[in-house]
Amino acid sequence: MASENTSDNFIARLSGHGLVFDVKRYAINDGPGIRVALFFKGCNLCCAWCHNPEGIGGGIEKMYSAAKCIGCGTCVSVCPSDALTLSANRISTDFNRCTICGKCADVCPTKAFEMSGKIMSVSELMEIIEKERVFIDQSGGGVTFSGGEPLLQPEILIEALDECGKRGIHRAIDTSGFVKTETILEVAKHTDLFLYDLKLMDSSLHEQWTGVGNELILSNLRAIALAGSEIIIRIPFIGGVNDDGENIRKTAAFIASLPGNRKEVHLLPYHAIAQHKYAKLGKPEEFTALEEPDSETLNSAVGIFNEYDINTQVGG
Amino acid sequence: MNDRIRKLRKLSVETEPSLSIERALHETAFYKENYGRYSIPVLRALTFLDHCRKKTIYLGEGELIVGERGPAPKVVPTFPELTCHSADDFQVLNSREMQRYKISAEEIATYKAEVIPYWQGRTQRERIFNHVRQEWKAAYESGLFTEFMEQRAPGHTALDGKIYRKGMIDFKREIAENLANLDYLNDKEATDKAEQWKAMDIACDAAIVFAERHAALAEELAGKENDPVRAAELEKIAQVCRQVPANAPRTFWEAIQMYWFVHLGTITELNGWDAMNPGHFDQHLTPFYEKEIAEGTLTREQAKELLCCFWIKVNNHPAPPKVGITAKESGTYNDFTNINIGGVKSDGADGVSEVSYIMLEVIEELHILQPGNSAHISILTPEKFLRAAIGVIRQGHGYPSVFNADIYIAEMLRQGKSLNDAREGGCSGCIEVGAFGKEAYLLTGYLNVPKILEITLNNGIDPVTGKVAGIKTGDQDTFTSYEILYAAFLRQLHFVVDQKMRVSNYIDRMFAKYSPAPFLSVVIDDCIARGKDYYDGGPRYNTNYIQCCGLGTVTDSFAAIKKHVYEDKRFSLERLLKAVKDNFAGEEAMRQTIINKTPFFGNDDEYADSIAVDVYNDLVKEIDGKPNIKPDGKYHLNMLSTTCHVYFGKVLGATPNGRLAGKSISDGTSPSHGADTHGPSSVIKSLSKLDQVKSGGSLLNQRFLPGLLKKEEDMKKLGHLIRSYFTLGGHHIQFNIVDTATLLTAQACPEDYKDLLVRMAGYSDYFNDMNVDLQQEIIERTENDGF
Repeated sequence: MASENTSDNFIARLSGHGLVFDVKRYAINDGPGIRVALFFKGCNLCCAWCHNPEGIGGGIEKMYSAAKCIGCGTCVSVCPSDALTLSANRISTDFNRCTICGKCADVCPTKAFEMSGKIMSVSELMEIIEKERVFIDQSGGGVTFSGGEPLLQPEILIEALDECGKRGIHRAIDTSGFVKTETILEVAKHTDLFLYDLKLMDSSLHEQWTGVGNELILSNLRAIALAGSEIIIRIPFIGGVNDDGENIRKTAAFIASLPGNRKEVHLLPYHAIAQHKYAKLGKPEEFTALEEPDSETLNSAVGIFNEYDINTQVGG
Repeated sequence: MNDRIRKLRKLSVETEPSLSIERALHETAFYKENYGRYSIPVLRALTFLDHCRKKTIYLGEGELIVGERGPAPKVVPTFPELTCHSADDFQVLNSREMQRYKISAEEIATYKAEVIPYWQGRTQRERIFNHVRQEWKAAYESGLFTEFMEQRAPGHTALDGKIYRKGMIDFKREIAENLANLDYLNDKEATDKAEQWKAMDIACDAAIVFAERHAALAEELAGKENDPVRAAELEKIAQVCRQVPANAPRTFWEAIQMYWFVHLGTITELNGWDAMNPGHFDQHLTPFYEKEIAEGTLTREQAKELLCCFWIKVNNHPAPPKVGITAKESGTYNDFTNINIGGVKSDGADGVSEVSYIMLEVIEELHILQPGNSAHISILTPEKFLRAAIGVIRQGHGYPSVFNADIYIAEMLRQGKSLNDAREGGCSGCIEVGAFGKEAYLLTGYLNVPKILEITLNNGIDPVTGKVAGIKTGDQDTFTSYEILYAAFLRQLHFVVDQKMRVSNYIDRMFAKYSPAPFLSVVIDDCIARGKDYYDGGPRYNTNYIQCCGLGTVTDSFAAIKKHVYEDKRFSLERLLKAVKDNFAGEEAMRQTIINKTPFFGNDDEYADSIAVDVYNDLVKEIDGKPNIKPDGKYHLNMLSTTCHVYFGKVLGATPNGRLAGKSISDGTSPSHGADTHGPSSVIKSLSKLDQVKSGGSLLNQRFLPGLLKKEEDMKKLGHLIRSYFTLGGHHIQFNIVDTATLLTAQACPEDYKDLLVRMAGYSDYFNDMNVDLQQEIIERTENDGF
């Protein structure tokens, strides 16, 4: 997991296409104005609090919602590899047989089976973006490339960024920063704004909670700051993980030390909303219930950032 | 909110609506004595005058703006000349759980003895139902359309600025000049005109008498009042009531009282739909406000207090209750007065003033059901005003709704109004446009468009009742292509609309003949100049609207048939229609496939949206521009449902879009419930594909959970969303800012949520005053939550 490029990123082989697991219109929490948020699939971190676990794997995945399933068995009859079994009105998948062909999702009446991940070309992405154009223009919005980790699909990302640039659409990138420095510096040339995640300042704790240390993340942040990028720091704020005064103080000090324009901080309070998604991926055990931060801790964190003269808001 | 307003508000909110038989008794006695002695218009005016002379008047503690239609706040008179409640109707009204109207057994007995016998066989409703043809009755009873005018007078009226420049004495002078110049030699209509003018003149006197009685009462109370401050207020009230409505108002206070007397006059004379509207009230009051502020005779606080008093007055007036089948259509106390705030002035300049902002504050602080209100946004409207309006929307009161002034002006220009008249117009009732002060724009009833598809799929038979409701347009096996099916639908549509128009035209004439409105005619141009009644082509413009319901449901049904039957051939038409007939029993997988795998309207998806555009354009083609019964009068359509989509759903079996039998159909031009899954911007894009200028109003409900409006920045983005919709040609949008948990709790513990206002299809209502179906619909409506 802790490599800079996911080995299972078969999309890298598909030139001119990317793997996208969600497209959100009227996205109002991912940068300025009204935006289209494109969620690229595949991530090289595995944060315990991840609320888009379907975005972690670098390939197409199958999701199953038992709550939606009406036990009609249509999927069983079309599965070419006999991977599905119906019992007690529920379907179970034998993943040793399943080839992720998606036929079950095609025929499922209730969308109990859905495929996460769609191969899309830049022109397909642009078509969606253009549909939202009037809202983007009216609000000073744009497009936010999020994930997963969008920088793990740099070719398509840069192509899409360029196309947006040509059309005068504001571009933001939501990244963990755990990528090759030359990649992020190259992407920075085609980007108007980074939404850069900072999680924990202690590297071993960072590794404990996300699977990787934070050295590369911090140095990349410094590198793009030095390159003059516009940056908003986003901090997922999680009770008992990174909400302690010491971590916040270190974070604030680091941010204050960055070159370039003064950085803005957005604190994103953790919500325990993703449990059902882990279950749908067939990985309920990977969900970790964490604490939602209380408002007192949030306020005190804001206070600390203010001490460092860092403009801070709660929410994206 | 000061102590006075708190008390007045409390009284208004906590008093339970009740019925008064006083008006009916006065009217019945007057008719018994005088019917046949006068022309009908003069008889109507004299009846009105008689009631204004005799009715119990009310001047409550602490009131500044005075006058009630009934004998006290929240007391509603009946209008037996139009539709006479039976003793049973009263029992139902008195005992039903929702929208109850109290009435005592004694009053019911009196009504039974004095009122009912006289009106039997003489009511407007009986005239209508005795006339209509079997085809109409069959269509009406199967719920293909409703008929507004069988219960209440055609109304839908809003005023322009003339009553702030002229008093009743001025109108009387105009009338007298017209009478003096009547040319009995050459004017073939001279005799009729004379009667109309005499009636209008008497109606002016009635309003003056009504005000004078309040002046006298105020003086009397002042004489007995120990508190010198209140005594002075009462003296002032007396002065105001002697100035208006006899003369034009001179002050902010007089201007509000002027409107209020005219409002009361029109809603006492008849029970016209949607009560009465002041139109662009902020624009009308602004000159008085600015003059008095400059002179130092009025403070901002005093102006706000007077507006609060006015607002509470409107809230004191619940809608007159209906009888029979239409009681199901619109279950609400709301009588749809809708104050237009902002917008543009008749010279094209921005209409926002300080008074506009004060009104928004009043709405936010009072938080009451009536009057409805709306923020009108043009390209010139300052961002500050839009933000202030969103600030009120965010409170979750459901108000104000938001209108696109530039588009509705274009709608009116298209209908043939002059530029000035269009700009002075706006939206009244729910979303419908009209030239304020110059137009009779009558809502004639709702059209159940999905039901038209239902009878098409059943060769003219209503499958719910098994009776013939339409014409024969082919058995299902003749529908060998989508195009053939669609063409059959258009033939049924034509038949149904034709039935509806024939009867609406008849009813129009019945009102012109038997229930003219001389007082209303005084204040609507050009009734005086033409010597014609409001119902008889007196107004400068005469529109009949048919309100088309269920665009989302019918679009999604067509999309489901087109895709699954004709294109993908997933199901045969026979199997689909069998499933629909059986309410999808045993075909849940099919129903789920349809729900989840059909492109539905509201997702910015060309497949479904192009069907919506086809249906909409064909509705326009069928209705728009057809002549009504008045000279130069036309039918137009609008896309309004109020709460009728619930009733229409009840009379509709399951539909091919997977909707189960009895469930409500989509409202206004909103997507079907749950069909829009791509957020508000996609909904807006879908709706903007309809050429909305061709209708007299469309309607888009969007429910937002409070989470979407947490920050200042979010409110700004909502403003951008609204501006984007309006850039794309949208007519109207409104927001419910509530969360599901709150609604569920409110359902469980109604007493704890008495003040929970919810926006529904063109108006706001108290959640707990809604019936369970409406509550359920609110809960189910797609939540645009944002994490």
